[in-house]
Amino acid sequence: MKKSLTVETLSNGLKVFLKEIHTAPIISSWLWYRVGSRDEVQGRTGISHWVEHMQFKGTPNFPANMLDKAISREGGMWNAMTYLDWTAYFETMPADKIDLALRLEADRMVNSRFDKKEVASERTVIISEREGSENEPLFQLGEAVQQSAFRVHPYHHEVIGDMADLHSMTRDDLYDHYRTYYVPNNAVMAVAGDFDTKTMLARIKKLFGKIPAGKEPARLARQELEQRGEVQLSVEGPGTTSYVQACYRFPAASHPDFFPLAVLDSLLAGPSNLNMFSGGISNKTSRLYRALVDKEFAVGVHGGAQATIDPFLYSITLTIHPKRKPEETLAVLDKELERIKQENVTKAEITRAIKQARALFAYGSENITNQAFWMGYSEMFAEYEWFENYLDKLSAVTAKDIQRVGNEYFNTKSRVVGTYVPANGRKG
Amino acid sequence: MKKINSSLPGPNDIHREVLENGVTILTRSNFNSPSVVISGYFDAGALFDTDEKLGLADYVTSGLMRGTKKHNFDEIYNILESAGASLGFSTGVHKSGFNGRSLAEDLPLILGLLAETMIQPMFPKAEMEKLRAQILTGMAISAEDTSDMASETFDKILYKDHPYSRPDEGTPETIKKITRDDLVKFHREHYGPRGMVIAVVGAVKAEEAVRQVKRALGGWQVKGQKETLEIPEAKLLKRTVRKHHKIAGKSQSDIVVGTNGPRRRDAEFMAASLGNNILGQFGMMGRIGDSVREKAGLAYYAYSSLNAGIGPGSWEVSAGISPTNVDKAINLIVDELKRFVAKGVTAEELSDSKANFIGRLPLSLESNGGVAGALLNIERHDLGFDYYLRYADLVNEVTREDVLRTARKFFDSDKLAIAVAGP
Repeated sequence: MKKSLTVETLSNGLKVFLKEIHTAPIISSWLWYRVGSRDEVQGRTGISHWVEHMQFKGTPNFPANMLDKAISREGGMWNAMTYLDWTAYFETMPADKIDLALRLEADRMVNSRFDKKEVASERTVIISEREGSENEPLFQLGEAVQQSAFRVHPYHHEVIGDMADLHSMTRDDLYDHYRTYYVPNNAVMAVAGDFDTKTMLARIKKLFGKIPAGKEPARLARQELEQRGEVQLSVEGPGTTSYVQACYRFPAASHPDFFPLAVLDSLLAGPSNLNMFSGGISNKTSRLYRALVDKEFAVGVHGGAQATIDPFLYSITLTIHPKRKPEETLAVLDKELERIKQENVTKAEITRAIKQARALFAYGSENITNQAFWMGYSEMFAEYEWFENYLDKLSAVTAKDIQRVGNEYFNTKSRVVGTYVPANGRKG
Repeated sequence: MKKINSSLPGPNDIHREVLENGVTILTRSNFNSPSVVISGYFDAGALFDTDEKLGLADYVTSGLMRGTKKHNFDEIYNILESAGASLGFSTGVHKSGFNGRSLAEDLPLILGLLAETMIQPMFPKAEMEKLRAQILTGMAISAEDTSDMASETFDKILYKDHPYSRPDEGTPETIKKITRDDLVKFHREHYGPRGMVIAVVGAVKAEEAVRQVKRALGGWQVKGQKETLEIPEAKLLKRTVRKHHKIAGKSQSDIVVGTNGPRRRDAEFMAASLGNNILGQFGMMGRIGDSVREKAGLAYYAYSSLNAGIGPGSWEVSAGISPTNVDKAINLIVDELKRFVAKGVTAEELSDSKANFIGRLPLSLESNGGVAGALLNIERHDLGFDYYLRYADLVNEVTREDVLRTARKFFDSDKLAIAVAGP
């Protein structure tokens, strides 16, 4: 995992990571901005994601319909994503065509137009995106659980935003948000692939170096209050299948407890895959699968750990078995979590979690896009060393650590449990 | 900088060998990451299912890993997951398939489990009942999914009275009828080395990969393994048929509009492929995306796809649309299809899409999984080891006239299948 790496911060504050990899004639370039739904207040929810959409709507140099075509014509793949803490843009291109991506990103860091007509047509596109998500029971449930878990902290809303705000936000709101957060000193650039570091760095300096630094964006400082007692809620909707989502308070990714919790996640529900461009592995011998699915209390179980700047949630999602009631399944989940708190896990279980993490990293490194992804991603909530030292940190975890974090974080009184109640009841 | 061709699979680095029992092995080494992928297919698809017990082939593949003569369900997955490895089976109409991956050091482990689960599955009764409940719940969830249901409805219209009209996984009614004896019998009759193809790609030398596959599967012999079934031609639609599959309470409908498409081996495949790229993929979802998403703002996704395989293919446009805008979106899509057939594509559009096809090739072949897929593609459709080296020429040969002719051959705006699923 530790390959030679060049890190440099330009005079305008843009931090640049470069990693040469000469396995294929491909280069992947990522530009990360420290802005996401955590920077949004009520009335502006979903604005970071909408700004991301507008970044594809053209600058004077690269008009809207030209952007996609230019990248596709060169055989590139590009996309963007907005999350709680960050917004990222990437282009993976044939190595000799990467300059287009660099020019494009430098240009749209400052020159996006946010044309009124484009804003109007994108409004309905995003509303349609949200309606598509609303079709999914687990989106409905997840949104309800998240808003109950965070009353004060801006993690309370979904990245896509509330429908009311999607209807009311204006072009100027969007443009202000863009100008505030899209400054070089709020960005990290990460490029991996088939290039010469010196040449690449010179090119990046030429294109990005002239962009003036902006004001350091102000951050919302609304820490969530301590939760005093379990919250239970239900969401009703179409369908015949019930789901339960149990969410526990998890620490920030930079917190030392994140690592024993990652091992615990692995043995409870199978390892959460942090790689973005390669799938995970099955979880059929995880403790929760054995106790819940194998014993027919659920037909599926999924555990999700996320790496975030501020404390977020660990969610256990259960698809309830048709012959069970949600509360029966939840009771078995509680019993399993109690076991973690009472009994030490074995050394073998820890070794296994580490091997799983090692394998997932190996799969991820087949792919240059994923290698570039990691450099910027880890910077968004910690620093690159977080990624480089990940396996070492996992290896240092002891059974005692796991028992301690099990007791500390898997608390009934600070969890939110949501149940999806299907309107069509149960059949058969 | 690396030369593009040096990174593409070709006769110099693809190794192919057929074992005495009929198993075909394809390998290509890649030592850039310490991981390895196995992927392949065999002759036991849903085509063999009767209407009454549709879903049997799929039930069998889902049951393979639930217990063998040597290991029970938990033991099998314990071996895999302890190594951070994965292995899974899936079912298609013609073939069933498998995919697995592991660290290179664990290749013997996943090959061993592949052989064990394919050759000696026990289909334990209790596990099969658990599996049945899981399959039925999956179907209940899918029945509420507008995208799944639009696609199923589309197949029923386009492939009326043809095997492709059937959902491979069956229906709750057919799944309930399947017994353990059916599973055992299907496995006995259809599973065997003849027609099995396996690709091994990753941090292992060709001769070592072959040696390991031979050790795992070389001794497999089956008497009376059933022959492959031929797939009939699909009847063409005589007029446009539109069906609405109602799902109450949803905030978005899915639509699929389309017609027949070429088979993978047909001469017009590449022209259709480039035409499809222009129609509903290039840039942000081609002309369809431009009309439905960018100009009208009606959808988050609106794109076209060409499904070309062994049998008669399909050419479809899909979109997720607010229920009140369904007719408007369908009209926009049909207008684009009319334009496509009337005027074809411009020289600029065609050259853009050609550049896109050629340029993106190294990217699609970057991971071990991507290369394994490419090797299987070569084998299954008899494309030749030099296919990816010739690829640029094959793309560049296509003319605007070819695209227009192909569009006209398949699309007739008065004979479309239109499926809507939603409120």
